[in-house]
Amino acid sequence: MRELRYREALREAMLEEMERDERVFLMGEEVGHYQGAYKVSEGLLERFGERRVVDTPIAEAGFAGVGIGAAMAGLRPIIEFMTWNFSFVAFDQIISNAAKVHQMSAGAIKVPIVFRGPNGAAKQVAAQHSHSCAPFYTNIPGLYVIQPSTPRDAKGLLKSAIRSNNPVIFLEGETLYGVKGEVPDEGVEELIPIGESRLVRPGADCTIVTWGRPYYTVLAAAEKLSGEGIDCEVVDPRTLRPLDTRLMVESVKKTNRCVVVHEHWPYGGPGAEIVDRLQREAFDYLDAPLERVTGLDVPMPYALNLEDKVLPTEERVIDAVKRVAYAS
Amino acid sequence: MQNKDDLLRQYRMMMVMRRFEEEAARNYAKGKIGGFLHLYIGQEAIAVAVTEVLEERDYIFQTYRDHGIALARGMSAKAGMAELFGKDTGCSRGFGGSMHFFDVDRGFLGGWAIVGGHLALAAGTAFKSKYAGEDSVTVCFFGDGSINIGGFHEAMSLAGLWKLPVVFVCENNQYAMGTPLERTSPLKDLSIKAKGYGMVGDRFDGHDVEVVQARINEAVDRARTGGGPTFIEVLTYRFRGHSMSDPAKYRTTTELEQRKQQDPITVVREKLMGLGVDESALDDIDLEVDEEIDEAVRFADESPPAREDLMMSTVMAPEGES
Repeated sequence: MRELRYREALREAMLEEMERDERVFLMGEEVGHYQGAYKVSEGLLERFGERRVVDTPIAEAGFAGVGIGAAMAGLRPIIEFMTWNFSFVAFDQIISNAAKVHQMSAGAIKVPIVFRGPNGAAKQVAAQHSHSCAPFYTNIPGLYVIQPSTPRDAKGLLKSAIRSNNPVIFLEGETLYGVKGEVPDEGVEELIPIGESRLVRPGADCTIVTWGRPYYTVLAAAEKLSGEGIDCEVVDPRTLRPLDTRLMVESVKKTNRCVVVHEHWPYGGPGAEIVDRLQREAFDYLDAPLERVTGLDVPMPYALNLEDKVLPTEERVIDAVKRVAYAS
Repeated sequence: MQNKDDLLRQYRMMMVMRRFEEEAARNYAKGKIGGFLHLYIGQEAIAVAVTEVLEERDYIFQTYRDHGIALARGMSAKAGMAELFGKDTGCSRGFGGSMHFFDVDRGFLGGWAIVGGHLALAAGTAFKSKYAGEDSVTVCFFGDGSINIGGFHEAMSLAGLWKLPVVFVCENNQYAMGTPLERTSPLKDLSIKAKGYGMVGDRFDGHDVEVVQARINEAVDRARTGGGPTFIEVLTYRFRGHSMSDPAKYRTTTELEQRKQQDPITVVREKLMGLGVDESALDDIDLEVDEEIDEAVRFADESPPAREDLMMSTVMAPEGES
């Protein structure tokens, strides 16, 4: 295996799928000549030309809708939102059109489309640019929602998303684009199935379920906790809809306690969904209430000291694990 | 001037649409049809003219006032009526209802019920035509109520920018639900908006099927031959309220009666008689259409209900190569 950055892994996924299937194209703001606002699409214009790497004006509702229409007619668009914060002006296209037309047409129309881009807080970009969007989209039947934490998952899941016959919400992390990780060698094709969780770190004392940016916070916390004699098992759902609870349930049956750590707000969303399912599917095995460490329930402030408070921290993860382990 | 046979065919189709809607209204009152029901009565010439011009490979999008165009495109009255009745034999198998007719095999890609939301989809199928080097054209209908919402602006912007093979047909029936155009738009002539999007604009009356056909034909030709999109404003009028729950108290009886003088069906009928067609021959067509629609209602009534087992299985499309 070689090491790639998260953004390079995403780029490879798009490049390989565009090579493989003429119907796949990339559309969005600054994806072509500018080489991508976050350089995810760097080099793709040179490789595929303007027909398949399409720069758009600032018109998210317009180009999201164009993508959906093109998908209905048989193409396989990748629609890049410069950030998921801007998807809100295209919300109607995604919710009312992409997610609905398959059933509304009794299965006659398919919408094979990927909406992707960076999600969640970056650094000090304040309230309008820091949304962690999983809760909005996971609520909608008719969509798949994927939020990969590592370069390997990013590549393998994006390839599966592009080949899917359904609309996929693909939530990347702006702060993850530079993260390096192992990815299968060139020429070794890996498709990671949508809807499969992954055991990240085995452990015996407490289960932590996490994904996205806090994944790395959790791994650091788990290291510290192991130094204090608390051995954490970490599970990453990778796909948030459909949600694969198999590994987390098995894990909780073993550790008898669980903390769910996520960036999105605490009210509802996949974090609350996981807690709901675990309390039903592993009720008899729980030795402590399920805990969550979440983004704080406030719009994101600009000041760095405040932003650091809002996002899940190692300290908050460690405290929560100690609480459920009755070790504090 | 079209020949008599074309006009007779168009007359018959307009009668099918008219009777279909009248029966739909009756069955709505009886409680056989639920939800919202928006009738196309008064606007028939437009849908008929458009489908006369289009090829099989072309795409059509419409708003929730979608029965007329679906029938004109060749959907059977049975499949349409059964959909209104929420039956498995309906064109959307009971999952769409009045506002979401679909007939994919005939390129009818739906009735859409969020105002302005489907214009970008139409730009999308046109994008596909251009991307794939195909000469198919997309026609997208919407009402005068759509012209102020963002979806209109963004779809028009992209279609104009990329010179997509799409024809935007604004069926200006003078009212956005209950609000007349002069209270929603500073412009009387909406077609001048086309200029702002770098596309050709056109504007004409929609009660004479021959006029509509000729003018739509120009726009479709332009799209098919790489000349880019057209924005058309067709002046029309609906003889019923916005939907079944609307008594249309915002307009006068005099206005309605005046408009009915230009009933597109009467216009064709008079033309045909001018061409020497016997009134009794037209009456025979009317009777035949009555029977077809009665049969559609019977069919809808007797059809099996929408299938519960399809409810979960149609949320996501099956995976695998496609």
